[in-house]
Formats: sequence, C-alpha cells, structure tokens
Amino acid sequence: MDEPKTSRFNATTLRAYIMIAVLGMIWAYFHYATDSIFLTPRNLSNLMTQMSVTAILAVGMLMLIVSGNIDLSVGSVLGFAGGIAAYAVTVMEYGLPVAIIASITVGVAIGIFHGALTAYLNIPAFIVTLGGLLAWRGAVKWLLGGNTIPISNETFKAIGNENLPMTFGWILAAVAIAFVLFMAYRNARSVKDYGLGEANYTGELLKSIIPIGGIIAFIIVMNAYQGVPIPVLILVIVALFGAFLTNSTTFGRYLYAIGGNADAARLSGINNKRNILKVYALLGALTGVASLIFTARVGSAAPDAGVLKELDAIAACVIGGASLMGGRGTIFGACLGALIMASLDNGMSLLNVRDFMQDIIKGSILVAAVGLDMMGRKQS
Amino acid sequence: MPLLEMKNIVKEFPGVRALDGVSFTLEAGEFHSLVGENGAGKSTLMKVLSGVYPEGTFEGDILVEDQPRHFKGIRDSEAAGIAIIFQELSLVKELTVGENIFLGKEPSRFGVINWSELYHKASNLLRELRLPIDPRVKVGSLGIGQQQLVEIAKALSQDAKILVLDEPTAALTESEVKTLFGILRDLLARGVGMIYISHKLDEVFEMSDRITVLRDGKTVSTHTAAEIDKNGVIAAMVGREVGDIFPTPDHNYGEVALSIKNLTTYSPDIPGKKLVDGVSFHVRKGEVLGIAGLMGAGRTELLMSIFGAWQGQLSREIEIEGKPSTIDSPGDAIAKGVGFVTEDRKRFGLILDQTILDNMTLAGLRSISGKFVTNRTRETKAAKGPMQSLHIKANSPLTVTGTLSGGNQQKVVLGKWLLTNPKVLFLDEPTRGIDVGAKQEIYAEINKLAKTGLAIVLVSSELPEVLGLSDRVIVLHEGKVTGEFTRDEATPEKVMAAATGNH
Repeated sequence: MDEPKTSRFNATTLRAYIMIAVLGMIWAYFHYATDSIFLTPRNLSNLMTQMSVTAILAVGMLMLIVSGNIDLSVGSVLGFAGGIAAYAVTVMEYGLPVAIIASITVGVAIGIFHGALTAYLNIPAFIVTLGGLLAWRGAVKWLLGGNTIPISNETFKAIGNENLPMTFGWILAAVAIAFVLFMAYRNARSVKDYGLGEANYTGELLKSIIPIGGIIAFIIVMNAYQGVPIPVLILVIVALFGAFLTNSTTFGRYLYAIGGNADAARLSGINNKRNILKVYALLGALTGVASLIFTARVGSAAPDAGVLKELDAIAACVIGGASLMGGRGTIFGACLGALIMASLDNGMSLLNVRDFMQDIIKGSILVAAVGLDMMGRKQS
Repeated sequence: MPLLEMKNIVKEFPGVRALDGVSFTLEAGEFHSLVGENGAGKSTLMKVLSGVYPEGTFEGDILVEDQPRHFKGIRDSEAAGIAIIFQELSLVKELTVGENIFLGKEPSRFGVINWSELYHKASNLLRELRLPIDPRVKVGSLGIGQQQLVEIAKALSQDAKILVLDEPTAALTESEVKTLFGILRDLLARGVGMIYISHKLDEVFEMSDRITVLRDGKTVSTHTAAEIDKNGVIAAMVGREVGDIFPTPDHNYGEVALSIKNLTTYSPDIPGKKLVDGVSFHVRKGEVLGIAGLMGAGRTELLMSIFGAWQGQLSREIEIEGKPSTIDSPGDAIAKGVGFVTEDRKRFGLILDQTILDNMTLAGLRSISGKFVTNRTRETKAAKGPMQSLHIKANSPLTVTGTLSGGNQQKVVLGKWLLTNPKVLFLDEPTRGIDVGAKQEIYAEINKLAKTGLAIVLVSSELPEVLGLSDRVIVLHEGKVTGEFTRDEATPEKVMAAATGNH
C-alpha cells in the first residue's frame, strides 16, 4: 500500500519553520534573562560576527556531509592556513593579497589531498581527516615554532574587525532586493515559457515579501550599530554561493545523489570520485577564507588557533537537519544551526554562565536536537 | 476446531483501507497459501497476525485454538505459537548458527551462558530437521538457502504451532527448495499449520491444501487445491481473465545499433576467474534481444561491462552504429546513447529519499536541465512526459519515490533512462517483484519503444518474459553463449537446455 505522500520540499520547509521558532525562543529567553541586552543592535552585530567563522566552515562541511563524507581536520587546517597567512605578512613582509592567496591555496591543496585519499584510495573519510586533525595541528606548531605571530598589517586586521559604511549597506540592500525581484519574475515567467500554466506574477511577488523584509530589517539593525561587519558580509556571500551550488547546479544535485545512494548515482553516469574530490577542495577553500577572518579578528596566529572548530561546524550542520549518512541537509539549515550555537555562546557569556557549564549545555542541546529530529521522523 | 481463525479484519492507513473485512482460517497440519498481487494486503494481514500492528490499531478478532487473543507486540504472538519467516532474513551473520537459534533465550544461569547445553540443543534440533549444518559455524559463511533453513530451525525452537513463510524460496536453488519442502512436509505431519505467501504458483500448487486469493484488501476466494487451477488463481488475482499478457511484436529492424565482440570479464574477487568469456553479439535498431540464462550465468556482468560500470578487469571491442567506439564510464555510455535500467531498483536504481523529479532527471541532468546551472521548471516539464506515458501513479512529480509501490518505482527508473534519449537500452530484470498489472504496462512500453526504433537488450530470469518479448534470444551458460534462437525457434525446452549447458 502506498503510504501518505509527502515531498522533500514540504518536510524541509516545515523543519526550517520549527528551527526559526526555536531560535526565536532562545533569543526571547536571553533577552529577558539579560535585562534586554541580548537583542540590541550592538549585541546582534557581535553575535553575527562571532558566528561567521563557524558558519563559513559549516557551509563547506554541509556539502561534504550531504555527499556522505566528513572532515574532522578543518580546525587544524584553519590553524595552519591562518599561520601561513600570518607568516606571509609578518615574517616575510608580503602584502595582504599574497596572504589571502596563500591561505586559500593551502586550504585547497590540503582538501584535494584529503579528497584524493578518500575518493581514489578508498580510505574512509573519518580516518583520513582524523589523521589530518593531528598532522595539520603538528604542522601549525612546527610553522610557528610554538610561538604566536602577531599580525602587523592593519588592512589584514580590518577583514575581521571593520564594518561597511552605512550607505554601502543600503546599496547592498538595494542590489539584493533587485535580485530577489528578478528571481521572482524569472520563476513566474518560466512556468509560462515551459507551458506549465499561467505566469503568477502577484503570487511570486507576495512570496518575495518575507526575504525583502528580512534584508531591510538586517541592514537597519546592523546600521543602528556600526554598519554591516566585514566578516558578516563575507559569510552572506559564501552562504549565497553555497545555496546556489546546492540548489541550482548539477554539481549540487550530484552531491545529494551520491550521498543518497552512491551506487545509483554512479550507474546514472555521475563521476562520484571526481565530485567528492571537488567538494573537499571547496571545503578547503572555505577553510582558507575562514582562517583569514579568524586570524584577523584575533590579530595573531597561535599554535592552538581553530581547536575544536571542526566540531562546531559539524554540530551546526547536524542541528540544521543534515544527516551524517549523507543525502540530506541544507545550507540554510547549517547557517541557522551555526546561529543557534553562536546565540547560546553569546547569551550564556552575557549571563556569566561558567565555562564548563556552557560546554555541558551545548553538548546536551546537540544531542537533544538530533534526538527530537529522529522522533519526528519516526512519526511521519 | 481450527488452529487459527482471523475474523473480519479491517486495517486502515490514512486514506487507504488496506484490509477490508478479511477472514482466514488455518487447520492443524494444513498448508494454506495466500496469494495476490503486490499491495493486495497479504503482508498487512500477516503483520496484524504477528502483532507488528498491535491490538487496537485494527478491527476484527484473532482466535488461536478457539481462544481470543490480543497481541500487543511480536512477543505476544510468539508466545501464542506463531512464528513468521520474512523474505529478508533476520539472522545475525557474525554469530554462529547455534547462537542465532537461541538468540534472546540462551540457556543460562545468573546471566552466564551454558555453551555446551546451547550447542547440544542446537545440534539436536538440526538433526531432527535432518539439516547437515554445524551449529558452531557462523551464519554468514552459509549459503542463502541454508540460512533460510536455519531461520526455520530458529522458529521451531520456539515450539511454533503456526508457521508463516513469506516468499521463502525467492533466493533458493531448486535443490534447496526440495530440501525445504521435505522439511515442511515433516512439520505438517507433526501438526504444524503453515501460511505460505508466494508469487510462484508452481510451488503453491505443489504444496497447498487450500489457496486463498486476496485482492485490494478483500478475500476473493478460498478453494482447495483440487478445486482450482493456475489460470483460475491468476484470474482471481487480477480480477479479469488474462489472455496473452505479452503484446505481439511486429518490429521492423534497422541497421545494427550496437555490436560487441569478444567480451571477456574477470571477477574482481577471484583472480583469473572469467565471469563472461568471449561473448559476441549485436542488436539492431527496433529489435528486442533477449538474454536468457540461470543465476550466475554472467548476464548482469555482461551488461555492466559494456556500460563501463564493471569494477574488475575486462576486454572487448565495441561498435556503435557500425563505428568502432569505446565506453569507459557510465557517463561516457550515456553520452554515446546507451541507457541501462539496472536490476534491484532500491539498491542500484533509485534514491529512495528523493522525489520522482530528482530521480527521473538524474541520468540526463546536463541535457535536460543545464550544463552547470539547473532549471526546475525545465526539469518538471521533461519529467511530465514519462510520468504520463508510463502511467506513474503519484500526486505530483514531487512525491518521494520511497513511498511509491514497486511497479511505480520501476517505472520511475525506466523514465529516468528514457529521458537520456538512448539509442540502445539495456533492461536488467525490469519487472522483478512488481504486480501483474504493472508488468503488463511495462511490457507494452518495451514493445512500443522498439517500434520507435530503439534497440533493446532484455535480461530476465523469467523465461516466459524473455520468450514473450524478444525478437531474438541468446542464452548464456557459465559466461559463454550456448545458444541463439529467433523468436520462432525459441521454445522453453530449447532455451532451458542451452541455459543448463545441455546443447
């Protein structure tokens, strides 16, 4: 007998609403508990900046997890790539462009290396990147000789600490709104162009109201403090890029197919190995980007930079609904997961919750989130 | 007094009435077969009987030896003497035969297992069943047939009075089936009642005292085996007289679409072992070429090798439309116009979590949707074609394939390959495990596709299917071609002789 029918789209949308509701409750609680400090422009700006490194890693990690793989080494690679960038500007005295290219190149090279070992030599991803976790941490310590290298280049530091001018924020908002409207028009048009019905321009326009409202609210809040922080701008670009790749490209569809059923994907003509290699390289590149923000924010490269960041990124994906078995997860969910984690960090720090207690609470919430998700899936 | 009585069972799922007042009785020592198309309600009825659907989730009564029973779970039904052997084995491969038989009820004191008692009891049980199996070997080291017999031994260790067998012979060889039936006859003589679910009517008629046919959740008829014949059962199953379910082919062949010379494929596991040995054949445009052979004859390996999906060593020459060519990956094969409806749709054909749309456009994604950027609207439009022409029953293209019936799932796989615009289409067991109605639709579609000039290579374990659909048949035996017949020459006897190497 056929079971009642649901589509992936509906289940995912419902999930997203539930997560937004959970985030809303967390925010409401912290706002109340901190005597109205939590939901101020200043704190929200800090919160967004704090989440950016984890969220950028989570975007790359999400794509890797969707393909049925995992990377435990991103924290160490982040430390190593950041070390390379600091070494380039401070010790070698190169300019910022060299540092940017160097750290991203290092990330990509390490990603390709891990991807090749996983995809072509069939070593399990868990083992390859567990080895990477140790080896690249060792490489950072060797590179920095156990010391911390301060960043001497002020432009470099600006990547992590400066904000966009307010006017520029509004120009960005205008561009974003124009894009949303264009996509709505295109959606409506294509229904007609392919003979699937009449173009519903009003319907698409109504659907655009929520994203447009979100964009305007975001810019108002950020400009009410000091403008959009540069790390947040980079995160938005990375997240949009990730969402585009996963939703609207053949590459993205192949990742879901490989993670959903690797044999069926291979027999449908997909080159599984090459796609897995690509997604490792992509995560490597994003790790390089994240390392630049991380190093710039701290103002130096340290031997322990990025420790445990891999777990934050994986947790963000999982809280956001990704399955570690592969085939399931969204960029939106992963970013929301990162925002939930960052909100907990930020809120508990404001409340002066002791360090050990923060860890215990975060760990429990991770397990509870997945537990609730599994219960929900069983019932449906 | 009947051993088991199920009265007016009604079971509803949201939107569907899976069982609509089914009644069923079983006598001690009786072999009672339950037949029907997929989705007729056989499995649902057995899940009600075994407590998988607990008391309260269905209406109706269950009586064992005239006592009303209220099963809240599988343990309750086991305690009442009901044992079910499902098609998928429920044995732990890494444990021994003895450990599996007594899993969960090991003879023990204070939690310490008495191993000598366990193995002593296990070997007694196996001897009683005349099974030459050592209880100390791991289940994983046994063949599927022997594993099935171990499962039966396990059921009997619980003193089962009622044994339910769901397609137990699907993976067995003929001699294993004989052994199984011998054991079942012994048990019948000891008064055990059996409910037997099978699509194989030969077996049903060989063993049954009575046969009950279900259709659309209702009991259509219950007859003794003497009162009814195979055609009667089939008619009751489908609700109509089946004439010839195969369409009459009337194909005009064109030029040779694909030609294979000297294909040899080696096993990836056993060095030097040839699974396909020097096979050459060709298929023309508009022709259906059947490949017959028994399990292990090398049919799937043959198709996989041509398609560029074989992961072991191989050698062959390929000509596509008369020109020498190579195929070095499935992607390459698709680009050169070869499609492959693989066997085992759940393992090789579908991503069950994903929608019909996602599955159907996967193989041809770059040509349907876009080289790099995809377009959902264009995909939806493309998928609508096969959804309509293949009569896929689903609310929308966004229905998740895992929720579809087997027949509809198979049609999605077929649709996926039609969307790659193939010139040559391989079909490997295209109707395995789907109901008669869906089979008939797929047969008609194969015939229609051949008429449009598609070259089709059909592999099937069902001989009537190969003979009914093919214009020409080649027969494989142990990796070699042992016979080639035109449609008129191909009789079941000749093909079977070639398939068993007696040519």
